[in-house]
Amino acid sequence: MNVVTPLNKLTPADFATDQEVRWCPGCGDYAILKAMQRTLADIGATKENTVFVSGIGCAARFPYYMATYGFHTIHGRAPAVGTGIKLANPDLDVWVITGDGDALSIGGNHLLHVLRRNVNLQVLLFNNETYGLTKGQYSPTSRAGTRSPSTPMGSIENPVSAVALALGAGARFVARSVDTMQKHLPVIFKRAHDHNGTSFVEIFQNCIVYNDEVFAEFTAKDVADDAEIILEHGQPLIFGKQKNQGLRVKPGFIELETVIIGEDGVTEEDILVHDETNRALAGMLALLEPPSMPVAIGVLYCDPRPSYDDGVKDHMDEALKHSSGHDINALLRRGHTWTITD
Amino acid sequence: MQFIGNQFTQSTALCGNDLATFPDFPAEIRAPAGTTFGVSAFQINFGASVIKTSGDDCDMVVAMNPAALKVELPELKLGGLILVDAGTFTERNLHKAHFDTNPLEDGSLSPYRLIELDISAMTLEAVKEFGLGKKEALRCKNMWTLGLVYWMYDRDRQVTIDWLNEKFANLPDLAAANIAALNAGHAFGETAEIPDGVHGFSIGKANIAPGEYRTVTGAEALSWGLVAGAKLAGLKMTFCSYPITPASSLLHTLSNLMDYDVVTFQAEDEIAAVCTAIGASYAGSLGITSSSGPGIALKAEAMGLAISAELPLIVVNSQRAGPSTGMPTKTEQSDLHQAVFGRNADSPLVVVASRSPSDCFYVAIETIRLAVKYMTPAILLTDGYIGNAAELWLIPDFDSFESFPVEFRIDPEGYQPFLRDEKTLARPWATPGTPGLEHRIGGLEKDFDTGHISYDSANHQRMTEIRAAKINGIADDIPLQTVEEGDGKGELAVVGWGSTYGPINRAVSALRDEGKKVSHIHIRHIWPLPKNLGDLLEGFDQVLVPELNKGQLSTLLRSQYLTDAQTLSKVSGQPFKISEIEAAIRDRLEK
Ligand SMILES: Cc1ncc(C[n+]2csc(CCOP(=O)(O)OP(=O)(O)O)c2C)c(N)n1
Ligand code: SF4
Ligand SMILES: [Mg+2]
Repeated sequence: MNVVTPLNKLTPADFATDQEVRWCPGCGDYAILKAMQRTLADIGATKENTVFVSGIGCAARFPYYMATYGFHTIHGRAPAVGTGIKLANPDLDVWVITGDGDALSIGGNHLLHVLRRNVNLQVLLFNNETYGLTKGQYSPTSRAGTRSPSTPMGSIENPVSAVALALGAGARFVARSVDTMQKHLPVIFKRAHDHNGTSFVEIFQNCIVYNDEVFAEFTAKDVADDAEIILEHGQPLIFGKQKNQGLRVKPGFIELETVIIGEDGVTEEDILVHDETNRALAGMLALLEPPSMPVAIGVLYCDPRPSYDDGVKDHMDEALKHSSGHDINALLRRGHTWTITD
Repeated sequence: MQFIGNQFTQSTALCGNDLATFPDFPAEIRAPAGTTFGVSAFQINFGASVIKTSGDDCDMVVAMNPAALKVELPELKLGGLILVDAGTFTERNLHKAHFDTNPLEDGSLSPYRLIELDISAMTLEAVKEFGLGKKEALRCKNMWTLGLVYWMYDRDRQVTIDWLNEKFANLPDLAAANIAALNAGHAFGETAEIPDGVHGFSIGKANIAPGEYRTVTGAEALSWGLVAGAKLAGLKMTFCSYPITPASSLLHTLSNLMDYDVVTFQAEDEIAAVCTAIGASYAGSLGITSSSGPGIALKAEAMGLAISAELPLIVVNSQRAGPSTGMPTKTEQSDLHQAVFGRNADSPLVVVASRSPSDCFYVAIETIRLAVKYMTPAILLTDGYIGNAAELWLIPDFDSFESFPVEFRIDPEGYQPFLRDEKTLARPWATPGTPGLEHRIGGLEKDFDTGHISYDSANHQRMTEIRAAKINGIADDIPLQTVEEGDGKGELAVVGWGSTYGPINRAVSALRDEGKKVSHIHIRHIWPLPKNLGDLLEGFDQVLVPELNKGQLSTLLRSQYLTDAQTLSKVSGQPFKISEIEAAIRDRLEK
């Protein structure tokens, strides 16, 4: 049997530009770029209908390397620019690329509101727990005690959890992945793309120059199996090299605990089953932190509601039903007018 | 107070008088009643001749309480008429208005003609049968007063009756009570012996050109002008704003025009508003954002992005008194420098200013024409006075306007995002969704030819020069500066911009009637300036610039033309009076 490949189906290479990539050698951003080019090829995206919008930062250079439409805007404001693009042309597929500083310091307000409004676009936050482009100052996701050029004695602020913040803002799709997870990233990107409304994805990204290995305690190959839990909708929350650890609600408490199947009478039936539509569960998963708990990777929450775009369209359709055919002369004569004769 | 002002405006227009209004109200929504800072005023100038300002000193003041009298008395001509609600001149209210003695009794009002009526009591009597509570019943006293004023000036009550019936459609009792009060006030005028020999005034029809008319506020004319301009460009409009006085009325008006394909968006702040508008323009809509000075300040960085990315963007600034929060409901023209220069780096754009409520319509269209033709942000300057004020408008025929349809780039052959049109120097507008034109733009400096990121020093010089040349070249595409009143040469040119148009024009006309060699020049295109302006100014011995700021246009004229432009500055939150400008002109001519 002949396999017919659709004529216009593009390959990952088709999504690469001829521009010299200016990230430091070994930066995690390369891997994310590769996964995105793969994803767009897989989902059959077209170059002309895809738009990458970014703020400022290392991560925000991303659009220059995608052979689609791209807009490198100003620091923190990409969600607002993306919203405008969707208002003007809801058919475009808009990806907002942002960093932890871009999205959570200077642009915190816009992130909150794009999620709350549920504009139909994807927000990918490259979290490297530092301001890469400005040479490594601590960022809003840096853990307390982080030494950096501006905090020689260690930072004294508490970090914000990007996914917990997104859930709090009312996001209806919240997911997480890691730059090195080349199989997982395209799956998450595709899920984000398919979701109607704002999809929020946090990607742990290694900044090899200013914050190398900051996530190694749970992402390093030798520890990841025990320090991460990969979420699958409808599957029990089991992890560990031996696949014998699991999460359950701690009896008598409203919190999760790690248990070992086969010990203390714990069986697989006791383990929670992941339900992406359960916001309370998503909230608890978002806050799991190493070393005592595994870091939740995957789709924490997905429960679509009509998007902002849908709402605008409904209102426009309704209003246009009563339209006078955009007659400006009629507009100028609304209300009281009178005629003066000679 | 603003409601009854608007009602009087409607009925006056229907009488065939020309008119101009000046609503003046406090920033507080429900400012404490009876205090001087809580006074809400509405000034209207109407008459049988053509009206260009809301008037200088008043012929009549209606004061609903002592505080209103305190605030408005300085505006009244000697010998003018005062109508007061004597029922409100209680000790407590007098104290709140900082009167030591009762002006109705202490003789301080003797230079005026005073009509003292216990309007409160008469209103309560008039609405008795409707069984309202005392507080509600007393609210009808504005209508009672309006009824009396209608009688004095021979206005028709029907517009107001219709309006009340509509406004209180769900509260027929309240509608009936208000109408009863209106009628009672009118009947009082007809039957009662009004003291001081005040009779009904009769004002003839103004000599107005034939045609179809309406009254229009600046906010309305501006909204409609934006809709009309977008239509002439063949674009959909995306209007993005964050509420701020006095700019919000635009957002409100446009939000009700979805049936004209207007998408409005209330953003989380002014930065988001301008960025959303930029995103909309990038995607092929006409992005518009609107605010007042403090909000415009927040938009500065994003305006720089639109300058660098060379995207069309309309930024409306309804100026108010500042700095900082300043006096939100009071007018000023102090954002001219902010508009022309108020961004980091060499970042030129277009600035256009409207001079009156109805002028906003034409200025909005002109601003859009320039923004889309030259792929540039353009700032439209208006102010709180223009936005709120109303004037009579001979409604234009939209079919007589020339369209300027945008041609989006669709041909991939030879496309580079920053290759320019030889004549306009504008880059092509290529929107996402167009096959073959995929490209990346942003705020980083771009290579002159390819549009790719470039840190080359010679290239930056070249790009900076061409951005400036593009904007300067617009001077060839705007009307030459004309003289509004008077000759193109003379002893003194009075140069204005924006809402000072009316008072300057009246002052200059009056002095020309006396034979003075003075002319009025009013600038609409603030940046770039009309290319003949420098030569025009050279034809005058002196140049005087009345402005509601400390001299911003005059600084600009001095720097551009090395002319000795002198400033007449006023920053009291109030428009100029004709007499103030007249006095300044006389002063200059005597020198
Ligand atoms: C208005 C403004 N303020 C500050 C900067 C400087 N700046 C550029 S990127 C950046 C931080 C970027 O951090 P992040 O978003 O985490 O991106 P990363 O470089 O780590 O990928 C800062 C402070 C700027 N470009 N604009
Ligand atoms: S500084 Fe860090 S984040 Fe930026 S490119 Fe280099 S490695 Fe990547
Ligand atoms: Mg970062």
